[in-house]
Amino acid sequence: MATAVDWLSWACLLGGSFFILVSSLAVLRLPDYFSRIHGAGITDTLGAGLMLLGLALQAGFSLITVKLFLTLLFMMLTGPVTVHALAKTAYRLGLETMLAEEVDDHHRPD
Amino acid sequence: MAVTFVIFRMRDLFAAVMLMGFFSLLSAALFTVMDAVDVAFTEAAVGAGVSTVLMLRTLALTRSRAKQRFNRPAVIPLLAVLAIGGVLVYGTFDMPRYGDPDAPIHNYMAPRFVEDAPGEEDSVDEIGVPNIVTAVLASYRGYDTFGETTVIFTAGIGVLLLLGGSHRHEIGGLHLREDIVLRVSLKVVIAFLMLFALYVQFHGDYGPGGGFQAGVIFAAAIILYTLVFGLKKAESVFKRRSIEALIAGGVLLYGSVGLASMVLGDNFLDYDHLAHDPVHGQHYGILLVELGVGITVTAVMVALYFLFATRRSSPGELSPAAASAEDTQVIETA
Repeated sequence: MATAVDWLSWACLLGGSFFILVSSLAVLRLPDYFSRIHGAGITDTLGAGLMLLGLALQAGFSLITVKLFLTLLFMMLTGPVTVHALAKTAYRLGLETMLAEEVDDHHRPD
Repeated sequence: MAVTFVIFRMRDLFAAVMLMGFFSLLSAALFTVMDAVDVAFTEAAVGAGVSTVLMLRTLALTRSRAKQRFNRPAVIPLLAVLAIGGVLVYGTFDMPRYGDPDAPIHNYMAPRFVEDAPGEEDSVDEIGVPNIVTAVLASYRGYDTFGETTVIFTAGIGVLLLLGGSHRHEIGGLHLREDIVLRVSLKVVIAFLMLFALYVQFHGDYGPGGGFQAGVIFAAAIILYTLVFGLKKAESVFKRRSIEALIAGGVLLYGSVGLASMVLGDNFLDYDHLAHDPVHGQHYGILLVELGVGITVTAVMVALYFLFATRRSSPGELSPAAASAEDTQVIETA
C-alpha cells in the first residue's frame, strides 16, 4: 500500500514537471501572443496541481497536506484569472490575433 | 573611488548614469564578498536596477549633457569635508580586522543570542520568542529597526512631495470593472490575502514574517482591489488623508513604545517593564513595534501606488493608463 502511494506520488511529480516544461516551451516558441499566454497558464493549473498532489501524497494525512491543498486552491483560482486578464486587456487595446484576417474577427464586442 | 571621481567630472550625463549603475554593481559585489547577501541584492535591485531606470527616464525629459560651470573652488567646504572624513578614517583604525574570530561580536553577541552560554541566558530565555531573527530585529536591535521604519517613512514623504501636489482631480486610472471574471474571483482572493497578511504580521515570532513583509502583502491586496474596481472606489474606502496619516502613525507608534518604556523607568525601547514580568513585556513590545512597522509600510506603498496611478507623464498630456481608461469608459457607455 505504501509503495503504491509512493509510485503514484512520483508519477504526479514527474507529470507536473513535464507540464511545466511544456509550458515554458510554449512561452518561448509559440508565434502568437494569445497562444503564448495560454501556454503560460498551464504552469499554474496542471503543472503546479500535479506537483502539489504528488507532494500531498508523500506527506500523508497531516497539517502539511492541508496547507498544500490551500496553496493549490489559490493557485488554481488566480492562475487562469491572470491569463484571462492578460488576454482581455490585450484584446481591448487592439492586439490582433494571428488568424484575424482568415477567421472573421472584425466584430470586437467593444 | 576612481569610479566616483569619473562620475563627478563627466559631463556626458548618459555615461554618468551608466557609471552609477556600475558603481552599484561593484557595491553589491563587495557586499556579497562580505557575506551580507540580503544587503547585496537590495543594493543590486535598487541601485543598479530602479535608480538607473529612473535616471534614464529623467534624462529623457532633460538634456543629456551637463552645462560647463566655472566655479571658484570652494575652500571652506572642502576643508570641512576633509577634516570630517579624516576623523572617520582615523576611527576605523581601531576596529577589529574584518573576519577576525576574536572580534567582540563573535565572542559576546552571537553566543548570547543563539546558545545557552554557561551562566548566561540566551535570547529564548530572555525574550521568549522562538524566532531569533525577530528577537534581534525587534528587541536587541530595536533602535536600528526604528531607523529603518523612519527611512521608509522619509522615502514615502519624499516621493509624495516630489510627485504629489496639486494633481487632485480624479482621472480614474485603468480599471477592468466591467469584467465579471476578475470581479468575482478577486473578491474571494483579496479577503484571503488580507487574512494572510495578518497571519504573517503576527507569526513573525515563530517563523518568517513580521511587519515589513506583512505590510507589503497587505498593500498588495489593496492594490489588487484598486486595479479591478477603479481608483475612485478604492479612494472612497482608503481615503488619501487617512493613508497619509497612517504613514506617520506607524512611526509614531514605534516611537511611543520607546517613550513609554522611558516613562516606566527603563531605557528607550527597553521593553522589560511594559508588563508584569520581563518576558511578557518583551512580547508586548515586539508586538507593538512590528505593528507600527507594518502600518507604515502598508500606508507608504498604498500612497505611492495611488500617486502613480493618477500621474500625468507631462503637463497637459494624459498618462497612458488614464488615456486608455478614457477609451474604455467611452466605449462602455456606447
